[in-house]
Amino acid sequence: MDARNPWRSRRSSDTLFFLVMGGISATFILLIVLLLVADVMFTSPSEFYRALAKPEIRAALQLTLFSCTVAAILSVWVGTPLGYLLSRYSFRGRWVIDTLVDIPIVLPPLVLGLSLLILFHQPIAGWQLESVLRDGLGFPVTYRWPAVVLAQFSVACAFSVRTMRVTFDQMNPRAEEVARTLGCTRGQAFWQIALPQASRGIVTAFTIAWARALGEFGPIMVFAGTTRMRTEVLSTSVFLELSIGNLDAAVAVSLLMVMLAVVVLVVLRVLGTGLNS
Amino acid sequence: MIELKGVTVKSGSFVLPNISIQILSGEYAVLMGTSGRGKTTLLESICGLRRVAVGQVLIHGRDVTRWSPADREIGYVPQDLALFPKLSVLEHLEFALRLRKLSREVVSERTRELSEVLGIGHLLSRSIVGLSGGEAQRVALGRALSFRPSVLLLDEPLSALDESTRYEMHELLRRVKQTTGVTTLHVTHSVSEAESLADRCFWLAADGIQERPLSQIG
Repeated sequence: MDARNPWRSRRSSDTLFFLVMGGISATFILLIVLLLVADVMFTSPSEFYRALAKPEIRAALQLTLFSCTVAAILSVWVGTPLGYLLSRYSFRGRWVIDTLVDIPIVLPPLVLGLSLLILFHQPIAGWQLESVLRDGLGFPVTYRWPAVVLAQFSVACAFSVRTMRVTFDQMNPRAEEVARTLGCTRGQAFWQIALPQASRGIVTAFTIAWARALGEFGPIMVFAGTTRMRTEVLSTSVFLELSIGNLDAAVAVSLLMVMLAVVVLVVLRVLGTGLNS
Repeated sequence: MIELKGVTVKSGSFVLPNISIQILSGEYAVLMGTSGRGKTTLLESICGLRRVAVGQVLIHGRDVTRWSPADREIGYVPQDLALFPKLSVLEHLEFALRLRKLSREVVSERTRELSEVLGIGHLLSRSIVGLSGGEAQRVALGRALSFRPSVLLLDEPLSALDESTRYEMHELLRRVKQTTGVTTLHVTHSVSEAESLADRCFWLAADGIQERPLSQIG
């Protein structure tokens, strides 16, 4: 028979559990913290402000805020109905759509950019999409700001659809069904019952889409180019500063992106919590 | 009046075969039977949430089999109540009335009347979060009755309630039956509930549905 105190043995086992689990978890947290600390230590406040004062970086910051917000709004706008349809209805070919939605997530970023470029410039039945938009509607896309938004949207929307689908999956469809017995059309049940319940999921989808758009680089470089003051966003600024050997400015812009991402995540998380309460 | 003529419902491998019943206007019928026989499926078919493969559903003599749930004018209280998480108690009572674009005075009068009958006048401004089981039941019942349906379907509405609340709800359902005259089909496992409320009792078994005299259900 074990003479040890079983209470003490169980407590030391719990301590070991937390040490092992905490130790493994800490490696990742530590890695992120060290990365940020290294960036901060590499640059100085004066270097940071000097980088921010450059007109190219200011233009890139403005375009980044604009393009990420537009891409995130479009992603939620498209992701909400698509997520709802995939969640609520079984229809022929649903698995095909489900798979197609994930393609931008798994596709290498450069390939996505190249595909967008080909789509806009490949003549289809005598029509070329870029020409139609540029000459017919006066709205050129390639190598201009709409290309930045479209490149960001292509990936961000896939994440938005996934988030909204999970949101609707977690909601009991019964409330919408009861609403229909009370006189709602399917559309009214969606607008009046499902959508208000999904408010927190919408905020999450917007956050994820915005953050994803902020980090997008490959498709933007291929489809929108990296023209300073025109199609340069912060992710391309880092690349451009690095390519001319200006490491200080590259790190300063990187820190600016980190700060932007943190501010957006915190603001939207607070907003999301508020909406849910 | 609710009339089912040879109704068959299929859902995956489950089949609810050839159901025929008739419940006259103003009658209060209970539907009993062992679990998994399709009682909920049958209610969902009557209110239009589940497609009927074969047969007809008639409400007051009109074939509504292919009608949408919104057009059937049937009050439905599901087992899990499915209250609307973002709406207040008052908004639940107003929901169907607002869809029908009734005037503010009519909506206000109807909700006042309902809240009095259901005893939820003091809850009107409350969110549904934190309501007790009995209070939530009353709100779900009020929501289903708000637009004065001629048919009411109740799916085990009292199963989650404690004994005393259940007796209060028996009283309430009897009062609703007397004041509204609504034709009711009530799914339950409780013999006492059936004895206390029902005019007629139907039993759903593997081989179909049968009417049983109330004296023999115990």
